[in-house]
Amino acid sequence: MPGGLTRLQRYYLLYTGGFIAFVAALALLEEHGMPPRWIGYSFLIFTISMYAVIGIMSRTSDVSEFYVAGRRVPAFFNGMATGADWMSAASFIGLAGTLFLSGYQGLAFVLGWTGGFVLVALLLAPYLRRFGEYTIPDFLGARYGGNAIRLVAVAAAILASFVYVVAQIYGVGVITSRFVSLQFEIGVFVGLAGILVCSFLGGMRAVTWTQVAQYVILIIAYITPVAILSWSVTGNPVPQVVYGQVLQQVGQLENKLFDSPAEKDVRRLYQERADEYAQKIMQLPNSLILEREQLTSRINELKASDAQMKDIVTLERQRRDLPHDPEQARLRWEAAMYASAERAAPPVHHAAAFPADEANGGWAQRINFMALVFCLTVGTAALPHVLMRYYTTPSVREARESVFWSLLFILLLYMTAPAYAVFVKHEVFTHLVDIPIAKLPGWVAAWSKVGLVSIEDINRDGILQLAELSLNPDVIVLATPEIAGMPYVVSGLVAAGGLAAALSTADGLLLTITSALSHDVYYRIFRPESSTQFRLVISKSMLLVVAVLAATVAAQKPGTILSMVAWAFSIAASAFFPALVLGIFWRRATRAGALAGMLIGLSITLYYIFRVEFDGIPWLGVSNLRMEPWFHLQSTSAGVLGVVAGFVSIVAVSLFTRHPDTGATAFLDGIRRSRQGGQ
Amino acid sequence: MMVSSLYWRKTRSLTLVLLGFWVVITFGFAWFARDLNEFSLFGFPLGFYMAAQGTLVIYLFLIWIYNRRMRQLEEEFGIDDE
Repeated sequence: MPGGLTRLQRYYLLYTGGFIAFVAALALLEEHGMPPRWIGYSFLIFTISMYAVIGIMSRTSDVSEFYVAGRRVPAFFNGMATGADWMSAASFIGLAGTLFLSGYQGLAFVLGWTGGFVLVALLLAPYLRRFGEYTIPDFLGARYGGNAIRLVAVAAAILASFVYVVAQIYGVGVITSRFVSLQFEIGVFVGLAGILVCSFLGGMRAVTWTQVAQYVILIIAYITPVAILSWSVTGNPVPQVVYGQVLQQVGQLENKLFDSPAEKDVRRLYQERADEYAQKIMQLPNSLILEREQLTSRINELKASDAQMKDIVTLERQRRDLPHDPEQARLRWEAAMYASAERAAPPVHHAAAFPADEANGGWAQRINFMALVFCLTVGTAALPHVLMRYYTTPSVREARESVFWSLLFILLLYMTAPAYAVFVKHEVFTHLVDIPIAKLPGWVAAWSKVGLVSIEDINRDGILQLAELSLNPDVIVLATPEIAGMPYVVSGLVAAGGLAAALSTADGLLLTITSALSHDVYYRIFRPESSTQFRLVISKSMLLVVAVLAATVAAQKPGTILSMVAWAFSIAASAFFPALVLGIFWRRATRAGALAGMLIGLSITLYYIFRVEFDGIPWLGVSNLRMEPWFHLQSTSAGVLGVVAGFVSIVAVSLFTRHPDTGATAFLDGIRRSRQGGQ
Repeated sequence: MMVSSLYWRKTRSLTLVLLGFWVVITFGFAWFARDLNEFSLFGFPLGFYMAAQGTLVIYLFLIWIYNRRMRQLEEEFGIDDE
């Protein structure tokens, strides 16, 4: 319907206007003394009930609506939905902080997470849409035939998506507990409710239209604080355009700060501390015994000399807190040694590329940068929850165009993030460093309490040096409104944006897992004869089970969850990318080849991650597994090995097996439209 | 068996050309970032600028070219999906 598009645009324009009016009203109420806590609640309740309304309005009991939104999503809106689907809590909260801490090196994420969409556009989206079924395992199953490949694809899709969804729900818990002071576990289940109101009733259809709404909120929330900051620093509210000149100022401040005597002194003190720990570790277990004896004798001295009870208690607590055995001491002291060594390292200029290589003449940093870009790129083009979105457009042409819109909407955030980092750095250098510690702004104490900021006056001069400050990457986006002294309503807005980013991604992922289980495993493999109604019942119950499972895992606060998300890219890249691309572009690729490629690629990636990251499996009694990385490659870039191995094994095995059957040929002619006038 | 029409051949070579271009700009600018940083553009060191903005805009442009060329090809060969 031609009138529908403009009607949709009118709806969303109205919605955007409504949201801005809502924020303005809250700002006004804050002027008149509305307490911050209530502002937080208002954002939480308003946004989640918006999503719920959209979810209820788009409820459906039609299979095609549930899995692919009836294939009626126009390119423009599919682009927005993909943007929200794609940008997770990690992009929203973590990216600017990573860029703040690692400067140029962090841009690998920006390049990788956007460059992947060129691969999606050229290699995958049009062909997936022309194929026109429901899931990625569907595509592989149809191209290569057989259930084995479908099962491998399902397993890889779930493996890559589940950790990712847990991380999103975890993010929701973090945001709600910080901004509306709900208990973390309750926050997790609030998030769960927010996810379920959309996906449970309306599947892909509801998720799509909520994601569009969530995109609007997240992009407003991301750009607002940095635009205000940009306005106050440069007088121009478009941060992306003007941060070059701020970057120059930051460079000058860096020159001044890095070599100041106080900074050098602080770094020397940290180096001494790191060396002390190294010494103690080398002299284990004697050093631990010695330390305990020293404390004991001091306690006895104090007791004999009639000292204050308070001092004795402090020392006794110190003795109690000593590591219990040499193994524990080694772990704890190693961590402390690395933390000190990190602070002792000379700081790096924000725009400097590969400074470590320059210092030692090596290649490791450059190679890791390239490898990370490669993994994130290929992973982007292989994550099933993104690829699935291109099934939902009305035509192949619109699928292609929606990749363009997706990248455009994603760029709005990814081009802002580096500016964000530079502006906050400018703020920190001018308003935080070299300030007497007693006069530091209030947010430092507030965020120290939750452990995201830490300050230690190691040289006891009462003034904060750069090396004495350590910031968790997450704090940059979450605390910028406070850092720049903005009203609380901006903080609330940022929280609502982070929530939107986490919820929208969680929705997409959850739907991917659900459809893999209910559509690919249950319907395609076990019960092809089941009625459409029953298929939907299965889908919805799977959705509920997976969502509750993910929330339960997230409520345990698994510590390593954020690094696990980085692995999801490598896992998806090595499992899917070679099989999908060769399946489309190489006629000769066979079922055995694809199966071998997926399994070998996935195994190599998992093997590498495991051997580099873990030392053993306690409950199996295996230990001493840790190995030296190959070519200095970090575990987050394991996908490089897996993808290359995947391509090689598909080609090799395919050449040794018989030509694919006529079904595959017909399939290829269909998606390539290579037979004149075909279909 | 190997019936492969002109439409597909043209699609494939377009894809290959753009993909080659993509590889060169993605990894080329990053590889030489340190040397590029000697120059500056809009007040940014060039290597930093390319990774933070320049390359991303080229990405968008690549997709735009692909879409435009594919539309022309579809018209030329009378291919109309759905």
